[in-house]
Amino acid sequence: MSTTYAMRDSMTMLRRNLKHARRYPSMTISIVAMPVLMLLLFVYVFGGALGAGIELPGGGSGGRGDYTNFVAPGILLMAATAGAVSTAVSVCTDMTEGIINRFRTMSISRSSVLTGHVVGNVIQTMISLALVIGVALLVGFRPNATVVEWLAALGILALLAFGLSWLSAAIGLGSSSVEAASNAPMPLTFLPFLGSAIVPPESMPVGLRWFAEYQPFTPMTDTLRGLLMGTEIGDSAWLALGWGVVLSVLGFLWARSAFHREAKI
Amino acid sequence: MSAATERMAPPQGIRAVGLRKSYGEKVVLDGIDLHVQAGTIFALLGPNGAGKTTTVQILSTLIAADAGEATVAGHSLERSADAVRARIGVTGQFAAVDGLLTAEENMLLMADLHHLDRAEGKRRTAELLRQFELADVAGKMASTFSGGMRRKLDLAMTLVGNPSLIFLDEPTTGLDPRSRRTMWHLIQQLTAQGVTIFLTTQYLEEADRLADRIAVLDQGRIVAEGTADELKRRIPGGHIRLQFSDVLSLDAASRRLELDEGARDEEKLTLQIPSDGSIPALRAVLDLLEGAGVSADALTVHTPDLDDVFLALTGDGSRHHATTVPGPADTAQEARR
Ligand SMILES: Nc1ncnc2c1ncn2[C@@H]1O[C@H](COP(=O)(O)OP(=O)(O)O)[C@@H](O)[C@H]1O
Ligand SMILES: [Mg+2]
Repeated sequence: MSTTYAMRDSMTMLRRNLKHARRYPSMTISIVAMPVLMLLLFVYVFGGALGAGIELPGGGSGGRGDYTNFVAPGILLMAATAGAVSTAVSVCTDMTEGIINRFRTMSISRSSVLTGHVVGNVIQTMISLALVIGVALLVGFRPNATVVEWLAALGILALLAFGLSWLSAAIGLGSSSVEAASNAPMPLTFLPFLGSAIVPPESMPVGLRWFAEYQPFTPMTDTLRGLLMGTEIGDSAWLALGWGVVLSVLGFLWARSAFHREAKI
Repeated sequence: MSAATERMAPPQGIRAVGLRKSYGEKVVLDGIDLHVQAGTIFALLGPNGAGKTTTVQILSTLIAADAGEATVAGHSLERSADAVRARIGVTGQFAAVDGLLTAEENMLLMADLHHLDRAEGKRRTAELLRQFELADVAGKMASTFSGGMRRKLDLAMTLVGNPSLIFLDEPTTGLDPRSRRTMWHLIQQLTAQGVTIFLTTQYLEEADRLADRIAVLDQGRIVAEGTADELKRRIPGGHIRLQFSDVLSLDAASRRLELDEGARDEEKLTLQIPSDGSIPALRAVLDLLEGAGVSADALTVHTPDLDDVFLALTGDGSRHHATTVPGPADTAQEARR
């Protein structure tokens, strides 16, 4: 199977998935709704108190406005995560369709089915991110990023979505039911909370703080915040990139082997 | 065939030797051999759970056999599965269409996956949808289709890539009689184009109607193999039943047809005549009766069904479902042979 055919088959599968998404947008809508609600919750309900009560990096007077600038990059990360993990549901649902067996008896690139899902999901996730960014700007998010910094921030988000989508594809393949596929990656969506997305880890108890400092979402949040708000990035950028690549490779290998295992029962 | 000729001209049909498959303790295929000549229709006939789908799954590269070897469409299953995939088309037991796409989109998806260019894909799609009488519903979502339409779309999708060998797993199970006939017609048209067809079925009638050769699968073993006629000769139970209005006609007919006592049922005023139920056979009986000046009130044809096949071939038809107990007719048939 040549690489051009693999690319072509993946594009075909991508078109198929985007057609599904356009025709049945309920999933896309729920992917956008969750982070938007979170954003509104943290800005309007907790924002005043959190802004005043904790020391935010980059100083500021510590009001709702400053907290909005602090929390928005974290919310974007959550949006990317929530979008990516929905791959588990779409892959698991698709595997119950008879057409998958047809694909398996055709001379096509074997991973194109999964590539189509993952890339389709990254595209959907990026669209939902655009909407979340729009709402964030409406509620007072004031990033000071240049165009290049914006592109770098979107690149980090896309890389995260890509890696987590592969991981979720593998989870979806291993799930016995669509319900299990939707629950299994749930812990992933909580990881940003246990990092620097909502509050600085310095405010956490020791054990949790240790976890927060070493888990992948913290350097990603810090990099994103640095790019968008101009706070200190330091080593976080490399750590974020490294985690992104590691997640992608592990997720891809796991998903591919899960797909082949399922093929040859 | 010597090893040398084998190497020079790999069989284009199917040649399988000693295929085995178990799921845990359960032996599903217990060493089956199959030989399908290129360009012919081959039917694998068997009851539910016999292992038909498993056989199709192995031969179509979906699952691996535990043991055995097979060459499909000129390529080894074990060594060049992808070359096999490039030559076969599979219509599985459960419709493999994308319910969220329209009929036309399903077809174009296949065209793209077969790497046809846009114009060629469109042309082939239009042609097949027309041939399968799906052109009117080309823009409808496949999920809204009836079982028969889905099956047709499924088969049409299988044909987009011009396969030289097609697997059809129970292509008419669950279809109404009219859709079944349409499907038979479509399948027959395919062999006219030189395509090899491997189909599975639970219906003897279907195998009889379509297949050049039939293999009977029972509990993971091939229990008989041959042409429909060869098999039917081994199956007693096919008969014509004539209903008369009085004993006089019954006696006259019985004498004229040279039937012995066992064929008569004086209480019900019926005669059972062993027959394959074909029109020439019916005509022969009716001509004889007319010649003798006897007229029957009613005529019913009992064709041998799968139960009869199993009764004959395995000596155990009862486990499938209630069978018509072959009565005196069989004795008569045996006597005549
Ligand atoms: N994946 C599987 N796991 C366990 N048992 C299976 C599996 N697939 C088929 N079987 C069993 O193998 C037997 C034959 O199945 P199948 O090939 O589908 O028969 P058929 O198509 O003739 O109805 C059945 O008893 C079925 O329960
Ligand atoms: Mg079956």
